Amino acid sequence: MPELRNFTLNFGPQHPAAHGVLRMVLELDGEVVMRADPHIGLLHRATEKLAETKTWIQSVPYMDRLDYMSMMCNEHAYCMAIERLLQIEVPIRAQYIRVMFDEITRILNHLLWVGCHGLDVGAMTMVLYAFREREDLVDAYEAVSGARMHAAYYRPGGVYRDLPDRMAQYKESKWKSAAQIKPFNEARGGSLLDFLDDFSSRFPKLLDEYETLLTDNRIWKQRLVDVGIVTPERALQRGFTGPMLRGSGIAWDLRKKQPYEVYDRVDFDIPVGKTGDSYDRYLVRMEEMRQSNRILKQCIDWLRQNPGPVMSDNHKVAAPSREAMKSNMEELIHHFKLCTEGMHVPEGEVYSAVEHPKGEFGIYVISDGANKPYRLKIRPPGYVHLSAMNEMVCGHMLADVVTIIGSQDVVFGEIDR
Amino acid sequence: MSSATLEALSHTLQEHLGDRVKSLKVALGEVTVEVDAADYLAVMQTLRDEPALSFEELIDLCGVDYSTYANAPRAGRRFAAVSHLISITRNWRLRVRCFAPDDDFPSVPSVTGVWNVADWFEREAFDLFGIVFPGHLDLRRILTDYGFIGHPFRKDFPISGYVEMRYDPDQQRVIYQPVTIEPREVTPRIVREATYGNVENA
Repeated sequence: MPELRNFTLNFGPQHPAAHGVLRMVLELDGEVVMRADPHIGLLHRATEKLAETKTWIQSVPYMDRLDYMSMMCNEHAYCMAIERLLQIEVPIRAQYIRVMFDEITRILNHLLWVGCHGLDVGAMTMVLYAFREREDLVDAYEAVSGARMHAAYYRPGGVYRDLPDRMAQYKESKWKSAAQIKPFNEARGGSLLDFLDDFSSRFPKLLDEYETLLTDNRIWKQRLVDVGIVTPERALQRGFTGPMLRGSGIAWDLRKKQPYEVYDRVDFDIPVGKTGDSYDRYLVRMEEMRQSNRILKQCIDWLRQNPGPVMSDNHKVAAPSREAMKSNMEELIHHFKLCTEGMHVPEGEVYSAVEHPKGEFGIYVISDGANKPYRLKIRPPGYVHLSAMNEMVCGHMLADVVTIIGSQDVVFGEIDR
Repeated sequence: MSSATLEALSHTLQEHLGDRVKSLKVALGEVTVEVDAADYLAVMQTLRDEPALSFEELIDLCGVDYSTYANAPRAGRRFAAVSHLISITRNWRLRVRCFAPDDDFPSVPSVTGVWNVADWFEREAFDLFGIVFPGHLDLRRILTDYGFIGHPFRKDFPISGYVEMRYDPDQQRVIYQPVTIEPREVTPRIVREATYGNVENA
């Protein structure tokens, strides 16, 4: 009788279902996975070390590039850490803007996730639908910051600038006639808030549309139900947070339990799964999008009625306005110091965490009082979830590996840092 | 965390850990305890299993190199493993710092048996700082390249590294060579007096 050996398969790093640069060494017995060893670090850029050599403000754009699918949430944790070290207050309007954009980011992230997850599992249509809606939201990013992805919009002390009064419009060209672009411009007549208001009233219907495509779809359920079950006990042992933990039935959400900014003033629910399989995590994320939309709506209503400053007036932290800078000596000095040496953050250490679309995203900074961080540690949710990969895929079929990677929602920008 | 929670937490910690806590600091709404490497594992076990504390989750574990702290020569030990714990039932957080006793061969007991999630965090701290975790079953490098030499996040490791990679057309393969760039610091690192960035001072 011939000797039987397990088959070792190299999955990735150029596999389209590996969500970036995941290389996984799989040990297979027939088609059953016996062991999975993820090799990560192919996208390692040493963000934490780079941040030690840059001034505090210069590291903000690096944060966007961590989890490049939920950019503003990363900035949020970083800015919040600095604000807590400096013990400064953020103006209330900036807090609402941050919450609003955090939720926009959550919808952006989950839309991409449902699209790509669908694509991996065989539901081709989802990605086309999801990117249609993402387009509107990245336009909102562009309207406030000028960049569609890497916004660098949150700054220590507030946000870079107030919401714009008008939206960019599509223009007639030799490829698109005036009649063709008219429907595109319909919602863009007013301010950014009008545009988002229009989006948030359209969005629940669109979500229903996605759900008719997937939720009761026989193939979708066959691929997801009972795949990658994580019990609540194991989820805690493996440090799960966010939708992964809630999918396992633990109602834990930092926005509710340890509210930051104005999350204690908005009304929303947190969905919880039952069995902890991939299908539950799918349902949790779909419901989270609905809840995010609710928060978005509340923020729009508040922001319409309450104008005010969006940046701290403490010029040791936030740059003064151009006008003041050009007419007053004091402001000129502040501006010069901020733009050359940068702000100084008092000695101390702080861990600030936000409920990132993927889980708990934390920034641990140690400051020794210099104009640069002494040590910056990023706590990436995806890294923790991926470390449970071996446990989750053992005993499953090779094809289920793709489902489980998809349901973990990994992005390599934050895992490799 | 509110000041009442902070007080309750520090009180419970003192009650259950006793003199195993070398220092307990409350600052900026967070509690930090420092423990000796010898007590570390037992303390972590207590923190998880004691119902009055119940830290079910290890949120983060990282290495820190204190050698150039505040641009001044350092008297204390160099490497520390810093963990962040969270309790789902009690809704509080804690930071635990454990200095490695030996600077030349930093070593801190592994907590993978207490929280399985420590697996990759400890591999990362080993990879980047060279802190060894006895008790870890699979302490391999994780983030750096295959065959990487050195521990890049130590303060004496240059930001540009030691080697660079390029394609060599003569040998028709990718080769490593010493770096050809020099580290350049645009803004120097400056530590001012303690009150410099103070808001009350503004």
